[in-house]
Amino acid sequence: MIDRGGSRRDECEAGGEDAGRLEVSMGPQHPSTHGVFRMDVVLEGETVVRLKPVFGYLHRNHEKIAEQTTYLGSMPYTDRLDYFCSLTSNWAYALAVEKLAGLAVPERAEYLRVITAELTRLQNHACQMGFMLQDLGAMGTPMMYAFREREKILDLFESLTGSRMMCNYMRFGGCRADAPAGWIEAARGVVGDFPRFLDEYEALLATNEIVMARTQGVGVLPRDLAINASASGPVLRASGVGYDIRKTDRYGVYDRFDFRVPVGDHGDCYDRFMLRLLEMRESVKILEAALEQIPAGPVIDGKVKLRNFKPRAGEAYGRIEGPKGEIGFYLISDGSASPYRYRVRPPSLINLTALEEMCLGQKVADVVVILGSIDIVLGEVDR
Amino acid sequence: MERLASIQARIEAALPEAKLALAANPGASGQHSLVVEAAHLEAVARRLRDDPELQFDYLSNVTGVDWLDRVETDKVRVKREYQGEEIEVEESVERRVPGYLEVVYHLYSVARGTGPLVLRVRTGNRTDRVDVPSLANVFRGAELQEREVYDLFGVVFTGHPDLRRLLMWEGFSGHPMRKDYVEPDDYEYEPTPHGEVAAKASRRYAKRGQP
Repeated sequence: MIDRGGSRRDECEAGGEDAGRLEVSMGPQHPSTHGVFRMDVVLEGETVVRLKPVFGYLHRNHEKIAEQTTYLGSMPYTDRLDYFCSLTSNWAYALAVEKLAGLAVPERAEYLRVITAELTRLQNHACQMGFMLQDLGAMGTPMMYAFREREKILDLFESLTGSRMMCNYMRFGGCRADAPAGWIEAARGVVGDFPRFLDEYEALLATNEIVMARTQGVGVLPRDLAINASASGPVLRASGVGYDIRKTDRYGVYDRFDFRVPVGDHGDCYDRFMLRLLEMRESVKILEAALEQIPAGPVIDGKVKLRNFKPRAGEAYGRIEGPKGEIGFYLISDGSASPYRYRVRPPSLINLTALEEMCLGQKVADVVVILGSIDIVLGEVDR
Repeated sequence: MERLASIQARIEAALPEAKLALAANPGASGQHSLVVEAAHLEAVARRLRDDPELQFDYLSNVTGVDWLDRVETDKVRVKREYQGEEIEVEESVERRVPGYLEVVYHLYSVARGTGPLVLRVRTGNRTDRVDVPSLANVFRGAELQEREVYDLFGVVFTGHPDLRRLLMWEGFSGHPMRKDYVEPDDYEYEPTPHGEVAAKASRRYAKRGQP
């Protein structure tokens, strides 16, 4: 196993005089940084020899705010972490609290959680691919194809939770509301149409000459470094590590579904791109099974207090496989109504640990593609 | 708990000088933890990663916790003289328990699919003995997270390759996640270099003979 993994960095830093080097500040207001994020890039010609990410432009100390409010009070705020995937953030937080307090979740709620989480994965991955193609220069069209599909899923979220993006849907011990009449059928329709979009997208893009030229062999993240740098989600799996928390932790009812974990071979941008496509196909399989199997029954354990909720002293770390990677919550309770310590494990931030290694030796235009292939949301990076 | 005790015994057999302690979790999650002395943290982490039976190769989460100084009261019986005769009375004596900062690590094994293993390391106090060895040389994944703990809690990670503030700006004083941090009255105030720049510019223009 590599120790620092930074051999390329050391080589570049030792590379002699600074003459002819150019320091470029990419961001914070740059369309390709997907938010307010800055990279201090040192270039030799067009080649990147050093890259330092600069964080904090969106920092509002989410964790401190959560320590000053009740357990339930933080639930809507978890929507604002990764605003593309509010439902998975909800689930991770609810799971951590359920571990902390030892709560059980009714079966129908578990199915609704799986369904909403996989729908979230579909729309996140579709849009990530659209954004990445936009970064490659395919202005608008592929992204709008993805957004067309996302609209259908957001409509489902709206009729289920009342909100399209800030869903605030999960509660400790279940979900806030049952699916309205006809929702399961509507979801079945959206999921049934989805493979057609995937086929179309794949036919248009998977063997597209420009996509292949710009992404294959670009931003390679080696397997050992991916594990050592705590990469998670599609970034980790594209590097050839078959690690999916849905399989290892078997949280919720994921052990009831038959799905595979796609794994990349090269760990480059193309693998990360294609892996998301394959993951969406697996998500469609999970969704079809879940929408078929979903039982009737309550969606929340009625005995769980929502207000004046005071779990006994202790601590818990709960994590799930979010679309961007491992999203986890670490909570310490001192027996009062607000957590003593509340910590978010942000996959977007931690996946950026190895950003410099992925970019060194690449051209400056590739930095944009590499960043797009990691898939970050700044609301979660800076918290 | 038994599994954690066996891991503890295994590490202590390999590293006899490193003393580990079990910290029980009273909550429902059953996630107990191992407390490591700061001096041996890096060796223990390396051992956990490289031991072929354990293979905790994935450092998922690093975070800090601030434990304030506590005042505990003990009831003691003391002899006192009262109106010429000696009697025994009960008095409460206040005892100050010093606080500390704690760094918590959640380790998983990608190779074996096991975890979480919770490691904790504590600083000497909250003011001047706040250094903890960095794990960034064992797990690259600690790099940004340790910077965050340094920024928000003020734990100094010795041996970290690039220990700077992560989220707050350079020149910010204080550590916002500490429990005794006092929030500013005016959030809008930000130190800007305008004054300095204006002063510098006026000096330069004066030299050139311009207004």
